[in-house]
Amino acid sequence: MSRYIARRLLFLLLTLLLTSMIIFVVTQWLPGDVARVILGREASEPALAALRAELGLDQPLPLQYVSWLGRFLTGDWGTSYSTGEPVRALVLERAGNSMMLAGLTLLIAVPLSLLLGVVAGLKADKPLDATISIGSLAVVGLPEFVTGLILIEVFAFRLHLFPANSSIRPGTGFFEALPQLVLPALTATFVLLAYVTRLTRAGVVEEMRQGYVRTATLKGLPRRTVVGRHVLRNALLPTITVLAISFGWLIGGLIVIENVFNYPGLGRLMTFAIDRRDLPLMQAITLITVLAFALANLGADLLYAGLNPRIRLE
Amino acid sequence: MSDEPHRALEVEGLTVTYRRGQGSLDAVRNVSLRIAEGQAYGLVGESGSGKSTLALAIMQYLPENGLISGGAIRLAGQELATLPGEQMRQVWREQIKLVPQDPGSSLNPSLRIGDQLDEALSDGGETRGGVRERSLEQLRQVHIADPERVAASYPHQLSGGMQQRVLIAMALAGQPSLLILDEPTTNLDVTTEAAILDLVCELVQSHQTAMLYVSHNLAVVAAVCDRIAVLYAGELVEDLTPEQLRSQPLHPYTVGLLDSLPRVGQRAGVDPLLPIAGNMPRLDEVPAGCVFAPRCPIALQLCHELRPDLEATQQGSLVRCHRWREIQAGAVDLRAARPANVTAPDESLSGKIALETKDLVKHFPVRRSLREALRRTPPRSVHAVDDVSLQVGQRRTLGLVGESGSGKTTTARCIVGLVERTGGEVSLFDIALAPGLDGRDAAVLHRLQMVFQNPEEALNPHRTVGDVLQRSLERMRGLGKTEARQQAGRLLEAVRLPPSYLDHTPGQLSGGEKQRVAIARAFASNPDVLILDESVSALDVSVQASILNLLTDLQSEQGSAYLFISHDLAAVSYLADDIAVMYLGQVVEIGPTEQVLQPPFHPYTEALLSAVPRIDAAAGIERILLSGDLPSAVDPPGGCRFHTRCPRLLGEICRTQAPPWQQAAPGHRYRCHIAPNELAAMQSPAFRDHITTVSP
Repeated sequence: MSRYIARRLLFLLLTLLLTSMIIFVVTQWLPGDVARVILGREASEPALAALRAELGLDQPLPLQYVSWLGRFLTGDWGTSYSTGEPVRALVLERAGNSMMLAGLTLLIAVPLSLLLGVVAGLKADKPLDATISIGSLAVVGLPEFVTGLILIEVFAFRLHLFPANSSIRPGTGFFEALPQLVLPALTATFVLLAYVTRLTRAGVVEEMRQGYVRTATLKGLPRRTVVGRHVLRNALLPTITVLAISFGWLIGGLIVIENVFNYPGLGRLMTFAIDRRDLPLMQAITLITVLAFALANLGADLLYAGLNPRIRLE
Repeated sequence: MSDEPHRALEVEGLTVTYRRGQGSLDAVRNVSLRIAEGQAYGLVGESGSGKSTLALAIMQYLPENGLISGGAIRLAGQELATLPGEQMRQVWREQIKLVPQDPGSSLNPSLRIGDQLDEALSDGGETRGGVRERSLEQLRQVHIADPERVAASYPHQLSGGMQQRVLIAMALAGQPSLLILDEPTTNLDVTTEAAILDLVCELVQSHQTAMLYVSHNLAVVAAVCDRIAVLYAGELVEDLTPEQLRSQPLHPYTVGLLDSLPRVGQRAGVDPLLPIAGNMPRLDEVPAGCVFAPRCPIALQLCHELRPDLEATQQGSLVRCHRWREIQAGAVDLRAARPANVTAPDESLSGKIALETKDLVKHFPVRRSLREALRRTPPRSVHAVDDVSLQVGQRRTLGLVGESGSGKTTTARCIVGLVERTGGEVSLFDIALAPGLDGRDAAVLHRLQMVFQNPEEALNPHRTVGDVLQRSLERMRGLGKTEARQQAGRLLEAVRLPPSYLDHTPGQLSGGEKQRVAIARAFASNPDVLILDESVSALDVSVQASILNLLTDLQSEQGSAYLFISHDLAAVSYLADDIAVMYLGQVVEIGPTEQVLQPPFHPYTEALLSAVPRIDAAAGIERILLSGDLPSAVDPPGGCRFHTRCPRLLGEICRTQAPPWQQAAPGHRYRCHIAPNELAAMQSPAFRDHITTVSP
């Protein structure tokens, strides 16, 4: 197992290294003259040259990359072009917010969709299964801004249960922010729900057909033991992988939802950075998102291996 | 309570019905059987006979659309058919156990063996350590030498035979009163099968458990059971003892099954199999009269109109046939009415070598781990095929036998070019063949055809039989559309299928018919060499017999050379002129069939032969059980590759020196350190079944 973990960690580092190169090339090198981007169209040639020298842009590309990566790793993520603030503090603050939202979403979505999926799978082709399938598909069919607005209308304006605006102040803790997190988290849950439910259902249906289920049943085990001990650990394997990918999406991809609820997460910061061509900000957000994806995948791989000895022992 | 307490299981007039759409079909009709404590009862039938449905009904584990629509099932006097779910769970837990067909999929892949066993043994009131101790004891009981290691393993780390031992250990937990074995050895190698059968016999005797042994294989059932029920199309047609089965079976279907089963040493040209004509009726087309009448060689008008009753004979057997008294008295000849239609191959026509391999080698590289690569460990490889030299003459058949993992299939794939060989040569009538398909001429490809094990996968389900054959004819023989169509009809005729089948899709055909179509397609190009890789292994015995005879006929008509690959020694010896025995990638013995089947033979061949289940348990045959599993082909054992399991191990020389080829007779060689005369002196000559073509 430790060899397996070591190998996965090595892969993780390679992935991050490769994506950092891509990010560097795409943002730092391709957009042409960064000095001109910073100083503007009217800048004089000597001023441009001075800035290029200061930023190291006159160095060969690999050297530029190494020094950029070195700065990034030592915590110097640069200064935002548009706000003039250090990028690191801004991005980490927003990443923390995204983590809170992603955490609550998973807290709601995972138990709910697993429960629905398992029930649907065990009652496959019965009325309950059809109800769950149709219900979850109907929800996923709606775009996020529609479900978001409906939730705001019902829970904020009519029932006054949760606020419509989720613009929390910097430094707000999870429990303090909780009321403002509920509606965006529910919206994101609706996006994930149908997908994870269907996947779980398919896994359960597939595993219930296996010979080992018959063996377990004919041992005289109660049905809840057969399902809980034997079926689920095999049926949930594909679901785990998908949930890991969803986690990455929840961290960096909730652009629509964050905008609907005015929530200060990474997604909204990214739209801000793109609007203003704020390269250091874009780099940092992208790298953090990639890191979240990669870590979530590592977690999923390890969990997968923990449940599946055929992987672990290979 | 029952008034006959010694009866462990009583099934009375059981009918099992499957709901399908609006209608319903009876898969098992009015079956009665009784099993006493300590009795081993065999249930035999081909696919579609209802034997598995019957077993599942007894277990109360029918699929959702199945129900018991009539009759009673009593276990130790307790009625099971009406038992509520929670009580049935107790019965499963304590009284009735199943050993399933496919051990691999019957164990949970993500739980350790020990945990899965504990679960079957634990009754809640014991410490974990105590339960585990009993689990280990249970594993010892099924002769697992290192129970601790097995208990700590996951299923995929064990061989199929070991998995089946675990399942048997699981089933014997808590001394059940009824043990149902559903084809427990069907997917296992013959040597493993022999060991499992011995184990089952031993355990049933020591535990005094009633046993229901379900199998398609009459020989296996006759070897294990005290009494045998033959099932056909959902009905019990005969119920008899193994002795009666050997001496005088009375139902034409039982006789047909026996005549379809090749025995080791039986040869196609000399003593042909007598297959049963036709197919098992579908559940929705069960005949009104005797269910077997449409296929019966001696059916009368009465048989088609009136269903016979199950009658008791003076000898205590039961038979469902209008004419059993005539059969018993020898007044009708069941065999005369079933001509075998096998033309003996004309030896004079054979001559040239059609297919030859010289020192064929195939090694699959094993991926090195990162650490191994960094440490520059030399790359390792799976020695799938090592120095295999074979020759198949025109109009002759070479049989290739060996357990799974012996390299038979890789050899075949190297010959046809599906797998590129690592070394050696393959030639077709002196034309050297390139290793891969890309390097071979289309014309050469057409002269070398292959028929696979599973026709389901080899035929496109969306194309009609006519399309499949026509396409092959157009592409391989360059025929025009109309001519190809005519030839397709002729091909079908050659494999004894009616021309109406040209418009059928594979989905409308039975397994045997599909394999006939696959064979017809292989013959579309008039191949010089046909490679048959386990092509009859998955078929029912009566279908297998007719395909074997068909192959014999086609060979004498077309003159093709066959490489016939099978794990079934009886089928191989039936068809093959010569036999090559493979073990762990090497040929260990090769020679004319007659020679290979009698001493001296390689100790591995000896073990294979002794393990074949046979109907006439010829006296004096002792099973030679091989110890342990097949070693890994990554690092094959040094010296003689068989030395780790050889029952005739000499000593150091076998471990260190590769054995030489010994000449036993002209054309008959084997690879061993023991000289032919010494080996022959050790070995029993009684392996071949007596080919006393049971005279009517």
